Formats: sequence, structure tokens, C-alpha cells
Amino acid sequence: MRRDADSAVVVEAENLERRFGEFVAVAGISFAVRAGEVFGFLGPNGAGKSTTIRMLCGLLAPTAGRGRVAGFDMVTETERIKSRIGYMSQRFSLYDELTVEENIDFFSGIYRVARNRKKARKDWVLEMAGLQGHRRTRTAHLPGGWKQRLALGCAVLHEPPIVFLDEPTSGVDPASRRAFWTLIQEMAAAGTTVFVTTHYLEESEYCDRLAIIDRGRIVAAGTPTELKRDHMRGTVLEINCRRPFEAMRMLERLPGVREVALFGAGLHAVVDGDGEVAAMIRSRLEAAGFAPVEVASAVPSLEDVFVSLVEERSRRESGVKEGKGR
Amino acid sequence: MNLRRTIAIARKESLHVVRDPRSLGLAIGIPMLMIMIFGYALTLDVDDVRFVVWDQDRTPASRELIAQFEASRYFRLLAFVSGREALVRAIDRGEARLGLVIERGFGEAVGAGRRGRVQAIVDGADSNTASIVLGYTRGVATQFGERLRRAAGARAPVDAPVDLRPRVWFNADLESKNFIIPGLAAVILGLIAALLTSLTIAREWEGGTMEQLVSTPVKPVEVIVGKLVPYFAIGMLDVAIAVSMAVFVFDVPLRGSVAEIMLVSGVFIAGTLGQGIAISAVARGQLLASQMAMVSTFLPAFLLSGFMFAIANMPKAVQPITYIVPARYYVALVKGIFLRGIGAGVLWRDVLFLLGFALLVNAVAIWRFRKRIA
Repeated sequence: MRRDADSAVVVEAENLERRFGEFVAVAGISFAVRAGEVFGFLGPNGAGKSTTIRMLCGLLAPTAGRGRVAGFDMVTETERIKSRIGYMSQRFSLYDELTVEENIDFFSGIYRVARNRKKARKDWVLEMAGLQGHRRTRTAHLPGGWKQRLALGCAVLHEPPIVFLDEPTSGVDPASRRAFWTLIQEMAAAGTTVFVTTHYLEESEYCDRLAIIDRGRIVAAGTPTELKRDHMRGTVLEINCRRPFEAMRMLERLPGVREVALFGAGLHAVVDGDGEVAAMIRSRLEAAGFAPVEVASAVPSLEDVFVSLVEERSRRESGVKEGKGR
Repeated sequence: MNLRRTIAIARKESLHVVRDPRSLGLAIGIPMLMIMIFGYALTLDVDDVRFVVWDQDRTPASRELIAQFEASRYFRLLAFVSGREALVRAIDRGEARLGLVIERGFGEAVGAGRRGRVQAIVDGADSNTASIVLGYTRGVATQFGERLRRAAGARAPVDAPVDLRPRVWFNADLESKNFIIPGLAAVILGLIAALLTSLTIAREWEGGTMEQLVSTPVKPVEVIVGKLVPYFAIGMLDVAIAVSMAVFVFDVPLRGSVAEIMLVSGVFIAGTLGQGIAISAVARGQLLASQMAMVSTFLPAFLLSGFMFAIANMPKAVQPITYIVPARYYVALVKGIFLRGIGAGVLWRDVLFLLGFALLVNAVAIWRFRKRIA
């Protein structure tokens, strides 16, 4: 079912654009999401992720471009789209003064969940969110992770084929984030298409496919593996030495070194070519007293890809030739 | 319009109201407080006018005149003064509204059947009160004159004035509370109703829950109608409180039927609630919405409804504006039902206007409610 190139496209955007006055939030983006995929939208804050998701959900009219969701036109058939999607906004918008159960009942009524399914769906949400013992707890008193799972539950009460999640894991502790991604994977396994935005790079590894968005434009798209393979210019070296911070300052000035960043206890450097630069770095570092020095080529993380893509775009746009450092 | 979704909204909104004791207290407490304050303080009756006397005459006749003033329920003797300076000071300080100067020779003149002269000095800073005080003063003086004539044995029937026997209808005691309090209900209800609903949509936009709500297939009409339900109940409760307080606390006579008052109020409330919702749908911010609700309901209802200031006495240019103030029609209806015992049967045009207004603003609210973020 997953990542099946033959399955139908259920979300597609064509040159979608949204301006707020002079400001271009989304600058003509195109993409397609297939049924059953977990599609990630990755980018820093303000990149246009929420604006895109809001346009897809019919909450915001695009300034230009077209798109279809669940087979319906994004501009003219928003209400038909709305009964076929679940949307979870950034703020886990539940009613704080209402109890867990009342929130579920409310959305159950709004989505007109069939009467004979109502109880089963409620039980499902309570179980999925781990809230069986908290039916009568006011939502305001729930910790972030529980609130987030309840919000997801309420958004999918009507079992929509497509779910849009806008930064569902922001402001939630790491354990809850992991649990939440397990839920997303389960939903996808059951056939639901999940469109999810995040600014956590490590989370994008959970996606079947993802698009990297920066300042309103998609700068790269593909599976996580494809992105690492195709969009990494240069080689990533993992360097371990003494006083990595000082070493970073020195390496930044070396020719052939595109970028250096602290990574764990060591450094990651993106360099041109391969063997020669690595050898040069080792000898320079040893000569400068950073020994013992270890240099190995590393598997690029998505963070490396992301940083390299964003930096490259900045460099291109500002016309600076040797822009180094972050 | 789907009933189940509407009920879901109404139920949720009622829970909000119940869970927020402050706003519920506000919705019920404010009308009670306002009726109390306005009912007691907002009186146009001039009672208990304090006066000082400078009696230069000091004869039985002058003492009798003073006693006549004291006997009136409108006057209360504050002090005797001896000199113009003291009299002026009492008025300047606001201790007395009236200063009587009985000139030397008053008793002699009256005894001889000539005109006795008394000077009345009135604080005219509040012209309305001053003219009422002057009227009272003249009345007491006339009574005094009549008594003298009668004592003299109807010696001068030629001077007898026209024997006017006034009969005041609908508010026999001419008590201003009787006409202010029923109208007051209109002003308060208008304010409270619009204020309550003006926040309900704006609050959801500010809190982010509206973003969730508009991503669902819910229709604007379902949101608006569902939200109206609990506030309508509160509004009707407020009407019941206002009517009960008017009757039981302030002894305002209720000559018409309670059912008719409730019915007419229901139509009025539906309109004002709709006005609040329409404001909320447009404003999207709680602060702006509440201010707009205040200005658009309270001010016209207070100034232009005829609740306190008769519309006929307003400048000609202002009068036409009152026709678009719904409170004007409601005030007319409530006063009619309360004091005159007439009802919607006679004043059906006013009911029709209120109904039209209610339909219009609610239609505007539904039309202006956008399921879009920007």
C-alpha cells in the first residue's frame, strides 16, 4: 500500500501561490501526494508550511494556482473537501473548558459520525490518546502530549481518507513525539493519507516522501534516501578531534571546505571532492595541535541536506561566492 | 442546515456559558445591578426640595405661609436665615434649592386684602429642576391665597381662577420610575444581549478553535443559530428578572399581560443577539467587538429610544434617526404593555419592525460569517 507509485494522487497542487499584501508566503509550489502516503512538508518557521496546509484545507484562498484534494477543486469545492479531510491546526484547537468526552462528542456531532459508530469512535479516541481514565477531565488540564493526541483523535473521528497535520509535534516532549509518529504510521498503514508539516529534521525520516520548503518555495522533494543521495553537493566528513569549536573556526577558512558545523561531540564538514581534502584537513589539524584527529566520510543526515540546500539558495540569491559559516 | 450539527454547537456553547461563571454572573448580575442603580438614581421627580427662609415680617401670616410650605411633601425647611448673605450662601453651597424672602409688611398687606410680596430665589443651574421647583412654589402660594380668601368669606369671587381638575392617565402619580423602569429593561437587554454574543465568535477566532471549526463541514447558519440558543435563554431570563424587579421591587403597575411582554422581548432579543453576532463575525477581535457592541446598542437605546427622553422633544433632525433604533419600538411596546395595558394588538407595527430587524441582522451575521481565515 505505501509508497506505491501506482496509487492514485489524492492531493495535488499546481503553482499554488499565496500573497499577504506585498509578502509572498507561498511562491508557486507544485506537488502531488498519493493515497496512503505519509507526505512531509519540511521547513523552518515562516517557510510557508501552514499557509500551504490552510489552502489545501480550504481555510485560505490561494492568490494564484490550482489544486485538488480528494478529487475536489481547492477553490470552488472547499465544503466538499472539508467533509473528506481531518485537519489538526498548530494550536491543538480543542475547547479548553470542555471535558475530554465533551470535546469528542462535539466533534462527533459536527462531523455527523453515524450514530452506530459514535461509541466505537469515542472509545477508539480515548484508547488511542490514553485518556480512558480522564473522560471528565477538563481539556485545559491535560499535559501537551495528551492534548495533542486528543486533538488528532477529534480531527479523525469521521475516519477521513486524508489527514492534514500542521506541526503536530511542536511543543511536545520527545516521548510523546515518538508515540505520535507511531500513531501516524498506524493510520497510514490503515490506508489514510497523511500530510504533515514539521520543522524537526529528524522527524522527516518518518515520512515516505517529503518536500523541503524554504521561503515559499520547494527546494527539493523526494524520499529521504533520494534527498540525501541527490541533493548533497560535496561529501560529508565526520571529524573527531580536540577542542572541536576552535577546530571549526580554523576549518572554515580552508579552501575546499564548504561548511563546518558542530555535530555531537565532533564536527561535520561538507567538502568538495573527496580523498584529497580529507587528507589535507587531517594534516592541518594535526599540525595545529588538535591531535588525535579522526576523519571519516559520513552518511549525510537530512540536516546536512537541509542546511546545504538552504545555504546554497541563500548564496545563489545574494550572489556571494564563498559564503561560509552558518 | 443540519439539526445535529446545530445541536452540537448549541450544546457546546451552553457548556461554555455554564463553565464560565463569571460571564454568566455578568449576564445576570449586571441587569439586576443596573435596574437597581437606575431605578433608584435615575429619577426625574423633584421631591424634598430643601429651602431656607428669611422672614423679615415675623407675623402670624408669614409663619402660616412657611407652615404651608413645610406641609407640602415637596418641600423641607432647612433653616431660617437672617440676611440676604446667609440665604445666598445656602444656595451657593447647594444646601438649599430655594430661598424665600418674606418682606416686612407681608402680614399687614395680606390682612388688609392686598397683595403680600414674597421673593423666591431658585438655583437655576439645573433648569429642569428649577422650573419644577418654581411650579411647586407657585402652587403653594396659590393654595395659601385660596385659604385666605376662604377665611375672608368668599369676599372676592371675581378673582377665583379657572377650576382645573387634572386627571392623569396611565401614570396617575406622575412618578418617573413608572415610565423609566420598563424602558430601562430595553436598554439593559440590548446592551447585555449584544455584548454576550459579540464575544462568542471573536473569542473563537482569537483562541484558535475557530480555525478547527471552519475546517469541518459545518455551515455558517448552523454556527450562528447554535450559538444563539444559550444566549437567547439567558436573555429571556434577564427579561423575567427585569419584569419581576419592576413589579415587585419598584411597584411599577403591570397592566398588560406577562405573556405578551415575554413574546415581544423574545423578538427584540433575537434581534440584538443577532446584532452582536454580526459584529463578532466582522470584528474577529474581542476588544473591538465588545466596543462596537457597546456603542451600537447602548448609546442609541439610551439616547434615542425614548426610554428617558421623549422622542417628540428631540430636535427635528434627530427624530428620523430614532426610527432605525430597534429599542425605540421595544420601549414603546414595553411601556404600552406595562402602563397602558395595551399590547401587540395595538402596536403590531412595532412588533413587525422588531421581527424584521431580527431577521435582517441574523441574515447579515450568517452572510458575513466566513469559513476562511483571512
